[in-house]
Amino acid sequence: MSAQQKRFEVVGQPRRRVDGRGKTTGQARFADDLSLPRMVHCKLLRSPYPHAAIESIDCSRARAYPGVHLVLTGKDFPVPFGIMPVSLDEYPLAPERVRHVGDPVAAVVARDEVTALEAIELIDVKYRKLQTISDPAEALARPEPRIHDYGEQGNIHRNQSYEFGDVEEALAKSDYVFEDTFFYQGNTHLPMEQQASLASIEGDGKLLLQTSTQNPHYLHRQLARVLQVPASQIRVIATQNGGGFGGKCDPANHEMVVSKAALTLGRPVKICLTREEVFYQHRGRHPVLMKFRTGVSKDGKLTGMHLQTLLDGGGYGSHGPASTFYTGVLTPVTYELPRFKFEACRVFTNKPPCGPKRGHGTPQPRFGQEVQLDKIAEKLGIDPAELRLGIVTKENALTANWLKVGSTGLAECIRQVVERSGWKSKHRKLPEGRGVGLAASTYMCGAGVSIYWNKMPHSGVQLLLDRSGQVTVLCGATEIGQGSDDVLAAIVAEVLGIGTADVRVLTGDTGLTPIDLGSYSSRVTVMMGNAALQAAGRVRDQIAAAAAEQLETLPERVIFSRGKVFAAQNAAKTMSFIEAVTAAETKFGTLGAVGSYAPPKAPGKYKGAGVGPSPAYSFTACVVEAEVDPRTGWITVPKIWVAHDIGRSINPVHVRGQVIGGVYMGLGEALMEEQAFRRLPEKLSSALVHKIPSMLEYKSLTALDMPEVDVAIVEYPDPNCPFGAKEAGQGPLLPVMPAVANAIYDAVGVRIDEVPITPDKVLAALEKKAKGETPRVGPESFPAVPYPAPTFVLPPWEGGDGDELKGPDGKPVRRERKEAAAA
Amino acid sequence: MSTPAPKNVHLTLRVNGEPQEVSFAPYKTLLEVLREDMNLTGTKHGCELGECGACAVLVDGVPALSCLSLALDCEGRDIQTVEGLADGTELHPLQAAFADCGGSQCGYCTSGMLMTAKALLEREPNPSRERIREAIAGNICRCTGYNQIVEAIEEAAAEMRKPK
Repeated sequence: MSAQQKRFEVVGQPRRRVDGRGKTTGQARFADDLSLPRMVHCKLLRSPYPHAAIESIDCSRARAYPGVHLVLTGKDFPVPFGIMPVSLDEYPLAPERVRHVGDPVAAVVARDEVTALEAIELIDVKYRKLQTISDPAEALARPEPRIHDYGEQGNIHRNQSYEFGDVEEALAKSDYVFEDTFFYQGNTHLPMEQQASLASIEGDGKLLLQTSTQNPHYLHRQLARVLQVPASQIRVIATQNGGGFGGKCDPANHEMVVSKAALTLGRPVKICLTREEVFYQHRGRHPVLMKFRTGVSKDGKLTGMHLQTLLDGGGYGSHGPASTFYTGVLTPVTYELPRFKFEACRVFTNKPPCGPKRGHGTPQPRFGQEVQLDKIAEKLGIDPAELRLGIVTKENALTANWLKVGSTGLAECIRQVVERSGWKSKHRKLPEGRGVGLAASTYMCGAGVSIYWNKMPHSGVQLLLDRSGQVTVLCGATEIGQGSDDVLAAIVAEVLGIGTADVRVLTGDTGLTPIDLGSYSSRVTVMMGNAALQAAGRVRDQIAAAAAEQLETLPERVIFSRGKVFAAQNAAKTMSFIEAVTAAETKFGTLGAVGSYAPPKAPGKYKGAGVGPSPAYSFTACVVEAEVDPRTGWITVPKIWVAHDIGRSINPVHVRGQVIGGVYMGLGEALMEEQAFRRLPEKLSSALVHKIPSMLEYKSLTALDMPEVDVAIVEYPDPNCPFGAKEAGQGPLLPVMPAVANAIYDAVGVRIDEVPITPDKVLAALEKKAKGETPRVGPESFPAVPYPAPTFVLPPWEGGDGDELKGPDGKPVRRERKEAAAA
Repeated sequence: MSTPAPKNVHLTLRVNGEPQEVSFAPYKTLLEVLREDMNLTGTKHGCELGECGACAVLVDGVPALSCLSLALDCEGRDIQTVEGLADGTELHPLQAAFADCGGSQCGYCTSGMLMTAKALLEREPNPSRERIREAIAGNICRCTGYNQIVEAIEEAAAEMRKPK
């Protein structure tokens, strides 16, 4: 198409983002900025116990309290919900059982927040305390009481095993087998905006929910389900999101509650969570214990890997089934790995539910994999960058688990950070106390399948144009700060030869915009972008056909550029964009077009092959420089170099912003962020409570802690992506944590095999080193998890067809589970 | 029984140079009065405990956490919020630089950042990078990693130093 033949005028140009003005003038309206006449306010009563049965709830005093309009309890919500069809295990208000401190049990709607807060204190809930399951070891050891009455068995939510080629055989033939265990502590998104929602009944009698959500479409479906109201009678508007990072992906209890209250009262009902409540809503990074057994040849090639993971899921399913897969499925995408076995188990515990956070399930194994590679490189005497360069996956390769790599600039990313950081003159050469570490990673550009099974588009875009020259683009995609509105405007503007300021963008409104699945899995640029490209191309063809008549040329020779429409090689004949649109409206009638996108079919056919495939993968490499004070263990990071293969940047200013923002969040996870819990003393109920539900105590990096980040944008355009553009929102976080750990090793010679890497852990390892013990802090063992016998799939190069290996009788060949040789 | 709601106080607050009569419950914070009683929702809240800086406004030219300030105490003082930054339709150089340089992603910390930066540049027209980082160290941003915020403040400072 000719739009791609001309030089880019919008794509790749640094620009003020389309929502930049509104965000700097205070005009951008977040959910809590909205108010409506007759609006009343909602507060939730939350459980003080981590695990208890609800014996009775007496709301009579709260109902009688002056200024109270409505009190709701679990009885008002008979239908459960959940983001995934296999985990519909939440109720808006807990009917019988609370599963973590902070689980909502009742709601009060009152004239103002103060009255609602006073009234929830008057609700009398009688709880019968149940045994608290506090961590995965306890969940495995205690099948009873079950936190949920579904799942694999006892308190195991998900349990799975896949083997791609005979891994034990590969390990047995390897020159070396490295065995390492790692722990990645949980952490939370900490978006600056606390979730807020405003539900109302519009003039047409339909329910409107304006809310901070990343996924208005999935929320829309779940609201219809819970409220038992047809989806067509409900409109969800995703308001401006004050940061998401995955924390606003799940449909949330408070969204259901205010919707029900608005339907009951017939007046607007608003809720805004306190910061403490945001910590209970959570859905953040799963704590994951991991064991890697990796075979290597003397010349630094991987021969096989056996990866085991154990996820602490918290009290509900959330995205857990997907999170469980993601602790392994992307592991083979960065480096050639002939055989791969992956066992994963997610357990329920009595803590706020874990879910998707930036990188969703993949930062944990990426941390382990990249730290282990650093150990491998040292043992083999190979430079860590050279080791990786020798094994990076190739363009369009298939992995052992049947993912198709597509374009890759990983080698270039590694070369860039090596060059820019002066790696070769620093690694193992800096004075004691200073060091550099390197790591690399990959991420998806959108999940290959929808969260609920269907064959419909993943993204739809509608374009409206008229004789005024106005171009309006509508899409269900959700701006969460990542700049998706600007990407949408840019793609349309590029095709039509206009500027982004000439495009009006309307997104995230289920009442008006075509369906887009939401802002998760780094899918928006690729999926929304491809849909926009199709819609804009269709409209462009109409305009070109009409303009060609007036320009006395052929439609395919019409050029759209800088607000003008003209014939190729004949600039004398030119019309303005508005004149061309007018000609098209005259010729064809009212103008408009739609575009849609669904990802390509994945090569894997085995059950479970749906998690991991993506239209494309982004790649990142990172070098971290660290200084460690041996007296205090204090870690300072003076500089980070990162190179990210984005395919093509739509707006380089904001690609750089996404990259630095990801690095920032990764560095916070590496050094300080943790979702930690403690038990209250017995006289205070022994409850398992969140240690730090405040922004003061949940440490995150300030401007003083954050180093300068050197960003190299590497562009290997991917044919599956709009103008070749891949993702930038999640990938750049991934290599930071292992690069920090590797830099600390280079600085002071201690291995911290868990995050966060805090000064006390560094000091403990330094003390071990001084005593001549193994200078390492990290998990000492991996528990006996009852993983199932693996689904066995042959890798592509061993004659597999992408499906599970079947015997002559057509039944899957299940091999007996072989315990690790070392066990 | 419900404690009787305290009687509203009635006073004049000068916000962005404009005196405005306003009536509110005496326990309300400046943040609440700005957002709920004056409809100036540009000022945000992230914690309402003084931990995050999202609610920063200028009181007599000095950054103040409006979530920890009693509105009652602000009578007779000069309050500046993000809504007063632009000159008519012309963005303040800080606003323009934040929008152009990636200083604002989700936009939620932006108002507090802008007001804090404004106070800095009024005191120090040519601050070092280190001084900028110190000045905004009490404003948490979860999106940008701060680099582009610092760059935006530098760019705005350079713009503001140009002879008019």
